[in-house]
Amino acid sequence: MKILVCITHVPDTTSKIQFTANNTKFDSTGVQFIIGPYDDYALARAVELRDQTGGTLTALNVGEAETEPTLRKALAIGADDAIRVNSFPKDSFFVAQQIAHFAKAGGYELILMGRESIDFNGGMVHGMVGEVLGMPSFSPVMKLELEGTTVKMAREIEGGKEHLEAQLPLIAGCQEPIAEWKIPNMRGIMSARTKPLVVVEPVSQETQAEASSYQLPPAKGSVKLIDKDQVSELVRLLKNEAKVL
Amino acid sequence: MSILVYVEQAAGKIKKTSLEAVSYGYALAEKTGEGAVVAVALGSLESSELAVIGEAGAAKVLHISDERLNAGVIQAHASAVAQAFEFTGANTLILAKSSLGDAVAARLAIKLNAGLVSNVVELPRLEGGFVVKRSIYTGKAFADTTITTAKKILAIKKNAVDQKLDGAKAQVESFSVAIPESDFSSKISATERATGEVLLPEADIVVSGGRGMKGPENWGMIEELAKTLGAATGCSKPVSDIGWRPHHEHVGQTGVKVAPTLYIAVGISGAIQHLAGVNSSKCIVVINKDPEAPFFKAADYGIVGDAFEIVPQLTAALKAAQ
Repeated sequence: MKILVCITHVPDTTSKIQFTANNTKFDSTGVQFIIGPYDDYALARAVELRDQTGGTLTALNVGEAETEPTLRKALAIGADDAIRVNSFPKDSFFVAQQIAHFAKAGGYELILMGRESIDFNGGMVHGMVGEVLGMPSFSPVMKLELEGTTVKMAREIEGGKEHLEAQLPLIAGCQEPIAEWKIPNMRGIMSARTKPLVVVEPVSQETQAEASSYQLPPAKGSVKLIDKDQVSELVRLLKNEAKVL
Repeated sequence: MSILVYVEQAAGKIKKTSLEAVSYGYALAEKTGEGAVVAVALGSLESSELAVIGEAGAAKVLHISDERLNAGVIQAHASAVAQAFEFTGANTLILAKSSLGDAVAARLAIKLNAGLVSNVVELPRLEGGFVVKRSIYTGKAFADTTITTAKKILAIKKNAVDQKLDGAKAQVESFSVAIPESDFSSKISATERATGEVLLPEADIVVSGGRGMKGPENWGMIEELAKTLGAATGCSKPVSDIGWRPHHEHVGQTGVKVAPTLYIAVGISGAIQHLAGVNSSKCIVVINKDPEAPFFKAADYGIVGDAFEIVPQLTAALKAAQ
């Protein structure tokens, strides 16, 4: 079976977010980039399913040359080959068009990715790809098991989960606890250097909703500490000062 | 501008976040000075539930009563809403950001060729284009986003507007749609949902516990405090990882992102990944015995002390004040 896993190249979760160029560009100074944490879950599960089915696993990223170390990491974790669509990921629609095109061209039957990227948090790309390709899409998927061409899933809903059964081909946006994150070992890191990573140009340039400028939230005032023997004072402040009760 | 709002239900009740979306639609219609808001509701619903949609600001409700839509079958919901959108001649679709809403909105964006923005935090600006402010970097920043298509879809974050409660009586019309059988090819075999509790992503008040609670057997006091406040309970990632609490209670970067009016954190140190899930809260209270806990820097109010003494006292003080 051919499996495709789509990964994002995003700032580490501990990054301080700042902008530059008059608040029109993300400031990457001193920022460490990682595989999106949700994509990491998708990748880990994809590696397991590739091993289970004896198929192949391709990792895909839409990004400029700077994202290649992130794709190499996906190869080190276990993807067999990689595709980089050479463009800044302008918006969800743009990224979905690229993924849909290359997923169709490659004949992938199972497409996994994170439930959302942790930079723009849209959580829309999997559904868009599904609609473009006429495949069912599911998200956020927290369990995914393959039995022949039947896929058994659990999807998180508000306050619980839904158990689902669907047929391949399909697309899933993944989250924990679908699999444990995998850490690349030395052999994986060595072999990743020579695994194929092809660079392709985007198939269209069309966008629908591009971000034009950025803002940081207003700075937080300092905490008001209340003595541990004055708990009722906290209730009074929540009522009368913060007005949240 | 004509506005359609996609309203979700859970077990026969309209979701509160969807009512906020209706009120957002109403406020947007007031701002543009055009048209009344139409809502589309799917699946079996009592007339009293449909009436609530009117109170939130819809002038008309299209009710698609097909009971196969009671469950959140993603593709079928997308097909049904697309038909309602075309029938009403709307150019803007509003919905609440949710597990189902996101999945449906993404498919609709392609079906309708509509520019989609998620995590919208306020009404759009209409001067010089349709500019929407959305939350990005898990609440650490905002982006102004221009939608360039004629049709638009906005997925609204909780608390983007206040829910309207005094709207008029909506005109309810039954609406039938033709949904392809293939949309039902995936089967929902079972749904597990916490019942009789306030749902975490929709809660106005959240009480969360961390490793400082020392074990699942001590959650009684968290639940008691939550019950007193009419709050939902949450937890930190380590707590759900070790199985003290279910995964759907995990608040944080890779868990549920909450936006309550009041967030109370008990025995949670405040790792940056946890803060990412709570930084849209209006007011944060931190109870922790470590005065150096980083959470205090993100808090509005704090008490340094033993949770096992403070939480029961707080519950008692709240009961006394009620």
